[in-house]
Amino acid sequence: MASLVGSRVERKEDKRFLTGKGRYTSDINLANQTYAIFVRSPHARAQIKKLDISKAQKSSGVVSILTGSEIAEDKIGGLIAGWAIRSEDGTEMKCPANPPLAKDIVNFVGDPVAVVIAESLEEAKVAAEKVSVDYKVLKAVTSTADAMDGDTIHEGIDKNLCFDWLLGDRQKVKEAFEKADKVISIDIINNRLIPNAMEPRACLADYNSASEEITLYTTSQNPHLSRLIMSAFGNVSPEHKLRVVAPDVGGGFGSKINVYNEDIVCSWAAKKINRAIKWVAERSESFLTDIHGRDHVTHAELAVTNDGKFLGFKNETIANLGAYARVFGTVTPTYLFGPCATGVYEIPAAYSNVKAVFTNTAPVDAYRGAGRPEATYTIERLVEKASMELGIDKTELRMKNFPTAFPFKQTLVHTVDSGDYVAGMEKAKQMADYNGYEARRKDSESRGKLRGIGVSSYFEACGIAPSAAVMSLGCGVGLWESAEVRFNPTGQVTVYTGSHSHGQSHQTTFAQIAADELGVPIENIDIVHGDTDKGTFGMGTYGSRSLTVGGIAIVNACKKIVEKGKRVTAKMLEASPEDVEFKDGEFIVAKSNKKKTIGEIAFACYLPGVRDEMKSPLPEGEEPGLKETAFFDPSNFSFPAGTHIAEVEIDPETGEVKLEKYTACDDFGRIINPMIVEGQVHGGLAQGIGQALYENAEYDETGQLMTGSYMDYTMPRADNFPEFNIGYTCTHATTNPLGVKGCGEAGAIAAPPTVMNAVIDALGGQEITMPATAEKVWKACKNLKKSNSKAA
Amino acid sequence: MRKVTLEINGKKVEKEVQDNTLLSTFLRDYLNLTGTHIGCDTSQCGACVVHVNGNSLKSCTALAADIDGSKVTTIEGLATNGKMHPMQEAFKKLHGLQCGFCTPGMVMSAVDLLQKNKKPSDTEIRDWLEGNICRCTGYQNIVAAVKEAATKM
Repeated sequence: MASLVGSRVERKEDKRFLTGKGRYTSDINLANQTYAIFVRSPHARAQIKKLDISKAQKSSGVVSILTGSEIAEDKIGGLIAGWAIRSEDGTEMKCPANPPLAKDIVNFVGDPVAVVIAESLEEAKVAAEKVSVDYKVLKAVTSTADAMDGDTIHEGIDKNLCFDWLLGDRQKVKEAFEKADKVISIDIINNRLIPNAMEPRACLADYNSASEEITLYTTSQNPHLSRLIMSAFGNVSPEHKLRVVAPDVGGGFGSKINVYNEDIVCSWAAKKINRAIKWVAERSESFLTDIHGRDHVTHAELAVTNDGKFLGFKNETIANLGAYARVFGTVTPTYLFGPCATGVYEIPAAYSNVKAVFTNTAPVDAYRGAGRPEATYTIERLVEKASMELGIDKTELRMKNFPTAFPFKQTLVHTVDSGDYVAGMEKAKQMADYNGYEARRKDSESRGKLRGIGVSSYFEACGIAPSAAVMSLGCGVGLWESAEVRFNPTGQVTVYTGSHSHGQSHQTTFAQIAADELGVPIENIDIVHGDTDKGTFGMGTYGSRSLTVGGIAIVNACKKIVEKGKRVTAKMLEASPEDVEFKDGEFIVAKSNKKKTIGEIAFACYLPGVRDEMKSPLPEGEEPGLKETAFFDPSNFSFPAGTHIAEVEIDPETGEVKLEKYTACDDFGRIINPMIVEGQVHGGLAQGIGQALYENAEYDETGQLMTGSYMDYTMPRADNFPEFNIGYTCTHATTNPLGVKGCGEAGAIAAPPTVMNAVIDALGGQEITMPATAEKVWKACKNLKKSNSKAA
Repeated sequence: MRKVTLEINGKKVEKEVQDNTLLSTFLRDYLNLTGTHIGCDTSQCGACVVHVNGNSLKSCTALAADIDGSKVTTIEGLATNGKMHPMQEAFKKLHGLQCGFCTPGMVMSAVDLLQKNKKPSDTEIRDWLEGNICRCTGYQNIVAAVKEAATKM
């Protein structure tokens, strides 16, 4: 039987999406459901002096209006930060309470203060307009860089500082810098982004007063985790009386990790009014209230020798958390950022210092890449600048500082198990025709255009899991993953996974793995996820962990099935289990060459009485049935890596940047489905290039979001991209039996510095901030002309 | 309220609608044709594209009452006798979709492109799809799928 792992298997999920048979949360309707509209603060920071619902209550069709007072009375808990971070001085981080409905104070535009529930959506909207809120507007804090100097937003949190965190050794770094021939320094901004999954968030909460069960359909990347948080911290319902279903989910990119205010409020309110409540975000609500990403202000320095050896690295960053700290809000700018900021290089001394600040903006949390794009942008912009200042070729300088052996003990935290960074660089150069660049530059020049080439090499720590590691770094839970493999008596298989697909193709990739492990045709394997009533508790999907953690749990559960199959075969064929081999779906007794198919074994396990001789095929003490569960907790993260190369052409008359070529050469270890991995790379690149050239979330000084619609926030379109040139090198991960590494975030991690390095190269080394819009680039082109004419 | 008569996916439909009911709302809430998706509120994203009298249209930009008497095809009506349309087949073959949310609009828009331009170039495909936003695929496999479908239609 041909192995499916490694094949371009077409996706099992596609037909339903392509024929309109997907089932997203907003597609679900329940009999007698009501509709919710949230009344949101129009101010970034204000006290609620008075909230009057009397007029709204009389509005047609209103079922109930609930406010922060009721939610406080019912002791419903708030939203939480999932990781505890400790400051350099040893103190614990300081986080404000984040009630699902604000009662006394609002902290960002969009902070909900009340929910209006009505018989129809129209009636809910009309009534919501009639809720009168008297606000005392306070001065908002919106700037990341200046947040520590602004008014105190949250009582008791001085300087709006959540924590002042250090990773690394300041003294060692000081000594390294004293030995340097040269210090390269850079000031950069990692622009704020809005994830913008195409499906707006939605939820539908139902309550059964007889069984006292709440069922919540919601757009979540991790339904089990949502249920845990809503039970343990939200106090919405005991866990066994809460079912969370995340059906088809239209993209997440991190924005659907969090339990949101609306999930808690609708679940709580459904029980209160004893009716189902449906809420679907309008896109403008998504812009205002989904978590945002990035938003760092960084000063970084690299100590180098004249011949290009890196000696030391400093990273001083201010990270904006927004108004509240959410699930991955505090770990994203610390452990997901700081360790990776030294990049793919051997740097003897380094530190990352991060001050995380609260501002009157939407909460900032994990967005595709989460911390690692910011880290890679920091080091790769710095290295590119070093190459310019030292006059050493950008690829040579990088290779000079690559680790020479693996495992590679990276300066700050990680021990990278496998990789070959030189091979990746050389292949990328070849794919991009790096050596032929000068001819293309001259060609551009002859047409009056500026051409630039940019390189970046990255590694990242993903497959976020190892419980011992993450808990020692402050995570509230271990991040293993579960799987359950169930045979039907007639031989088909259902695999339950705790991870969740919202575009990642679990139904296909995971079925390929199970098909190979069990020797069952892929069409007889179904992957089930997204429902806390189906399958075991699991941690969900984020941090490129589905395959490297969840996929391995499936492998391990399949191995247990095979072990049991061997024992049963041995009994049935009167052999000893050690003499039974399993291959391509058949259990074979080597000595006699007698066989049983795995289907026959499944049948025998479930129906041991239905045999001619009416004698049980099960060994003594063996339970009937064929179903196994596995929990996988890896020994380390997975560490994909690679080199990307971009070429841009700039029209100096208009400032327009055209991305001419983009080459990505990545090492994701063993690849299960090349077609799906390519799709992941393309998508990540689009988001990374979007950050570099198009996307920017901007608040004005009063805290109004200036980019709150697709008219104002530039989403990359099909005509913004060239055809990407994708390739791989391969070193297997040594920390899991499949040898796989995560691939979902790489594009978003590597692309921003790659593209910006190209733009800045074209602009003769002039720094500009992301996104490199035509206006900024045009201004830089004018400076370039001025300095050129002075030089002449 | 007014009565509209439409032919939706080959079937005659008569319904009372409000004057301000959007076609997208009509399809989803009145007819339970939830394959047409709503991804924004400014007519930018294109997840709601359907065909009205053979031409692609963002169904959030039309009132059901305004297109009385029209023929509408939604993603649910694209396959014939259970066999997927060549565009649907091509999206599957070349991985032109991931989360699936933008897909119905993307497919309906692409089908209309090939009605109007049988052999579009890469640039023409990318320009045509400017009104459809996808956050997952980076568009590359969508472009490839449209080219593939062009050889089959």
